Amino acid sequence: MTILVIADYVTEGQAHTGVAPSTLNTVAAAQKIGGDIHVLVAGTGVAAVAEAAAKIAGVSKVLVADNAVYAHQLPENVAPLIVELASGYSHVLAAATANGKNILPRVAAQLDVDQISEIVSVESPDTFKRPIYAGNAIATVQSSAAIKVITVRATGFDAVAAEGGSAALESVGAAHDAGKSSFVGEELAKSDRPELTAASIVVSGGRGMQNGDNFKHLYSLADKLGAAVGASRAAVDAGFVPNDMQVGQTGKIVAPQLYIAVGISGAIQHLAGMKDSKVIVAINKDEEAPIFQVADYGLVADLFEAVPELEKLV
Amino acid sequence: MKVLVAVKRVVDYNVKVRVKADNSGVDLANVKMSMNPFCEIAVEEAVRLKEKGVASEIVVVTVGPATAQEQLRTALALGADRAILIEHAEELTSLGVAKLLKAVVDKEQPQLVILGKQSIDSDNNQTGQMLAALSGYAQGTFASKVEINGDKVNVTREVDDGLQTVALNLPAIVTTDLRLNEPRYASLPNIMKAKKKPLETFTPEALGVSVASTVKTLKVEAPAVRSAGIKVKSVAELVEKLKNEAKVI
Repeated sequence: MTILVIADYVTEGQAHTGVAPSTLNTVAAAQKIGGDIHVLVAGTGVAAVAEAAAKIAGVSKVLVADNAVYAHQLPENVAPLIVELASGYSHVLAAATANGKNILPRVAAQLDVDQISEIVSVESPDTFKRPIYAGNAIATVQSSAAIKVITVRATGFDAVAAEGGSAALESVGAAHDAGKSSFVGEELAKSDRPELTAASIVVSGGRGMQNGDNFKHLYSLADKLGAAVGASRAAVDAGFVPNDMQVGQTGKIVAPQLYIAVGISGAIQHLAGMKDSKVIVAINKDEEAPIFQVADYGLVADLFEAVPELEKLV
Repeated sequence: MKVLVAVKRVVDYNVKVRVKADNSGVDLANVKMSMNPFCEIAVEEAVRLKEKGVASEIVVVTVGPATAQEQLRTALALGADRAILIEHAEELTSLGVAKLLKAVVDKEQPQLVILGKQSIDSDNNQTGQMLAALSGYAQGTFASKVEINGDKVNVTREVDDGLQTVALNLPAIVTTDLRLNEPRYASLPNIMKAKKKPLETFTPEALGVSVASTVKTLKVEAPAVRSAGIKVKSVAELVEKLKNEAKVI
C-alpha cells in the first residue's frame, strides 16, 4: 500500500514558506492506514514547501510539481495532475481545508470513486469514522474503491513531527492547463495570533459581543493567553469580524485544549465546530443558554465585566 | 442564459437528530424536513440573476424521494420556472447524485449550475465539485459573490485565510457559501402559482445512470457524550479551576 498525501502550504506575502500544520495531521492519518507515504507538493515557487515536506517524519518521498499552471492550486489544473499520479496509489488523502475540499472531490469523480469526507479516525485501511448531521452522529463507513479518496479532519489526528524525516524529492507531472479558470485576486485576513485550527487555546465571541469594536476585549484576553480568536456565525453575519474566524459546521473545526465561548448561545451548528475541545468554558449572562450543556465550566455573568477581570487574573 | 439549481431535501437545521437504537442510521421518521439552507441560497442567487436580466430561465432539480417535490415547489415559489425530480428513495452518495445531475446538465445545457456547498445531513461537500469534474466545467466553490462578466463568471470564494476571486469560463459550476445572499421567503400567492408550474419526474434508469456505490455505511453511532460540567460563581473561581483542576492555563 502506498498513500499519496496532497500538501497544503503556508504562504507569507507572495512566498510559499512551508507546509501547513493540517498536512502534518493528514500524514498522521496516513500512518494509521499504514504503508509508504508520499507527499505531493503542487504549485509554483514551492521549493521551500517541498524541502519542508521532505523533513516530515514518516514521509518516504516528496513529489514536486512546480509549474505556473499550478499557481493557487486551481482545481481544474491540479485535479488532472493528481488523477494522473493516483493510479499508483491505494489512498489519496488531503486535509479537509478549503483547498482539500475544493480539489479532492474533483479527483474522486475523475477516478469514478466515491470520496469519504472529513474522517476523524481510521478503523482499518478501508474503514473510517466520520461525523454527519453537524457532528450529532458518527458514521463508520467502508470503501471498496480501488483508490480510496479521503479528506482528513485535522483535529481528529495528532500531528506528526515536522522534523526528522529525510524523504527523496522527485519532480513529477506534465503541466495540465485546462484553460477554464484563472486566478484574479485575493484578500487575506492578517493576524499575528496563532492560526485558529492549530491553536491550543481559542477564545470565541458571539452575538453577545454586540459590535465589532467590543472584540478588542477578546483580542487582549487572547494575547495574554497566547490564544487564537474565533467567532460564531451570528458575529460574522453581523459584520463584527471577518468570516474566516467562524467556528462551526460551515466554518472551521477546532479542538483546542481550552475553548472559551463568550456571548455565544451554543447553536447546534456552532457546537459542531468546537465540541471536541478538551475543556470548554462558557461565559454567558443567560443561564439557560445551550452552551452550558457542553461547557465544563460555566460562568453566568455579564461578559463586559467577566472578560476584563479574567484577563487580569490569568 | 439558462441556470440550473440543484436542491436537496434534508432534516430541518433546527432539529436535534437522534441515532436509531439499532445503529442503522439517524431516525428521520416524523422529523421536520426542509430545503437544505445552502440550497436556499443557491435558489436565491439564481432568482437574483433573473431579476437582473442575466438569467432567462431557472430550472431546479433534485434527487430524492417523491416527497422531495415539496422542496421543488418551494423553489418554484421562490422564482424558479420549472422543476425536475429524479426519484430515488434511498440516500445516494455524492458521486451518484453528481452522475444524475450530469445527465440533467447534458439534457438542459445550462450556462451556470448553482449548488449549495454542502448538505447539512451528510456534510460531504462533494457534489458540486464532482459535477464540475464529470461535466468538464470549471468550479467556483464556497462562493460569497458571483458576477457574470461576458462569457466568464467571476466568483469570490471563502477560503481558510480570507477571500479569493477566480474567473471561470462559462458554462461553470458554482457552490454557495452562507454569505452569498440572504434568501427570501415565499409569498402565499407565489406558493399558489408554484403549484401550476411544470414538474417533470425521471428515474435514474430512465436517465441511463448507474448509481452503484463503492462506499457502505456499517453503522451510525451517537457521539461521545461530554460529562456534565459545573457552574462557577466567580471569575476567580474559574481561573483557579482552569489552573489547578483542568490545568489548561
